[in-house]
Amino acid sequence: MKIKIRGPKEFWAGLMFIGFGVFFMIWALTHYQMGTAVRMGPAYFPAVLGGLLAVLGLLVLLESLAMDGPKVPRFHFRPLILISGACVVYGYMMKPLGLVLATGLLVFIAALGGHEFKWKEVTILYVVLIVFSLFVFVKGLTLPFPICPSIVDNCPIRL
Amino acid sequence: MEIFNNLLLGFSVAVTPINLLYAAIGVLLGTLIGVLPGIGPVATIAMLLPITFNLNPVAALIMLAGIYYGSQYGGSTTSILVNLPGEAASVVTCLDGYQMARQGRAGPALAIAAIGSFFAGCVATLVIAVAAPPLAEVALKFGPAEYFSLMVLGLVAATVLAHGSLIKAIAMVIFGLLLGLIGTDVNSGVLRFTFDVPELSDGIGFVVVAMGMFGTAEIIANLEQGDKREVFTGKVKNLMPTREDLKRSWAPVMRGTALGSFLGILPGGGALLSSFGAYTVEKKLSRHPEQFGKGAIEGVAGPEAANNAGAQTSFIPMLTLGIPGNAVMALMIGALMIQGIAPGPQVMNEKPQLFWGLIASMWVGNAFLVILNLPLIGMWIKLLTVPYRYLYPSILVFMSIGVFSLSNNPFDVLIMAIFGILGYVCVKLECEPAPMILGFILGPLMEENLRRAMLLSRGDPSTFITKPISAGFIIASVILLMIVALPAIRKKRDEAFVAEEVK
Repeated sequence: MKIKIRGPKEFWAGLMFIGFGVFFMIWALTHYQMGTAVRMGPAYFPAVLGGLLAVLGLLVLLESLAMDGPKVPRFHFRPLILISGACVVYGYMMKPLGLVLATGLLVFIAALGGHEFKWKEVTILYVVLIVFSLFVFVKGLTLPFPICPSIVDNCPIRL
Repeated sequence: MEIFNNLLLGFSVAVTPINLLYAAIGVLLGTLIGVLPGIGPVATIAMLLPITFNLNPVAALIMLAGIYYGSQYGGSTTSILVNLPGEAASVVTCLDGYQMARQGRAGPALAIAAIGSFFAGCVATLVIAVAAPPLAEVALKFGPAEYFSLMVLGLVAATVLAHGSLIKAIAMVIFGLLLGLIGTDVNSGVLRFTFDVPELSDGIGFVVVAMGMFGTAEIIANLEQGDKREVFTGKVKNLMPTREDLKRSWAPVMRGTALGSFLGILPGGGALLSSFGAYTVEKKLSRHPEQFGKGAIEGVAGPEAANNAGAQTSFIPMLTLGIPGNAVMALMIGALMIQGIAPGPQVMNEKPQLFWGLIASMWVGNAFLVILNLPLIGMWIKLLTVPYRYLYPSILVFMSIGVFSLSNNPFDVLIMAIFGILGYVCVKLECEPAPMILGFILGPLMEENLRRAMLLSRGDPSTFITKPISAGFIIASVILLMIVALPAIRKKRDEAFVAEEVK
């Protein structure tokens, strides 16, 4: 007998739940103490929940084999990677490069994830945002962000 | 008249010039960010949370409450003018508000939304003042079993509200509960699911998860669609509703307020259930239901009032029980914790100034909404005409700064990005993030109360149904689940959600 996936959306959702559920359950059971119902150990609650999640995932998955369902809409990897990447780059470049350059990286990488990219527009947007960030967040709210790259000894930007 | 004295104390705190200023700034900033399409109150509050870190607790809460109302009103403005709901609760406002705008009646729609919200806010403030003290009394008698069952009820309520498959919604709640357990186990001190990453030992921050699931995921999903929006500008000249409008609106506003005030108290309820319920009620009661969806002012007035009333009374479980009924309240609890206050029934007695000051400031915030927003409507509309390609990098900058400033650690930004990707996958697989977020918030609390309840009952799980209050919550949860699982009602619910989605 050949098994046919009739509802791909449900199928993948079910698979995701099973994956996470089994992972949490097995990890909890193998790494932490189970304890008893009276004195629950650190593994008790996550193991039970993980099992429950896997069972629910299985139900969703079985449903997808029995009933026709919608397809999974196409993934758009360009915005997905560029937007997530822009945030990560910003976070990790803040200390070495400082606020001014990190914001630049964030704005330009994020703008590449959009539909149209015009150098002039994005540059103006960047200038507006960095001036706003400097005055509102650094000066106004006194958030302790480095402004210039850490290799520059005397930061020319003073607020 | 104890209530009177309490409210007086509250107003004496809220109406100092400096606190009035914080309320005004909160409302303004909240509206400013809330107006941006695709950003709801959760993302707005999360983004603006760092601003309040340096304030004293009373001022911080007053400002956050202002931000909350402002962002909600901003969301309604966007719904009416662009048909882009910033959050689930304003989906309903889109239906008739947008149609009114297309007929050139955006002004009255916006005015009625503001007036209805203000009225609802006034009533809900009184409801909180009256209902909170006795509820806090009751809450002091709650043991771990009662708390656990109440949280079960809250989570069930959240799944009932989710779109689509009930099983998937429950699975998302459990997934959220599991993610909430990451970090140090309070009972044994064991590090759970931290994979030797030191930053994970305190668990994942709620703000970070919310920003990823509701913020970056939303931006990625929005970028798939083209930059096409129809904004009604220049047409909003006549703000004043006609006499006919007012005549048609007052009853829906009253009903919406009553419904919203009641539903907001339920954990898992709040603004979404309220506005959705109010719309259904108005459509049922209307003498001309065929006008709904084509620009009926009742369809704006009722849900907007309900939405605001529910948003406000959802403070009750947070203030009296220390349980966040929805994601916004979780943020409020986070803000309180940062200020060194553990929310719960004791706050009212130990910090009456804070408690009553916050309640009074709710009214003040609502008054500011009307005073500030109606004259500024032109400015908000201008903001809406800014193309998305300028908006989303700006939103990303603010979100990243907000998340980074939580602990000056790039790791938080990385986690936000990961949850953004997860949120995007969930959107594609039609798994609702809202129940997951609620599970995430309640995870550690539930485990702790479950453990304590089981310890007290010596491992006998029947403790949850032999204690009357706890049994009540469990029975309510079971009934709620059965109602949704019944085929007939299930079909109705699906239809209702489909009706919402057709724009």
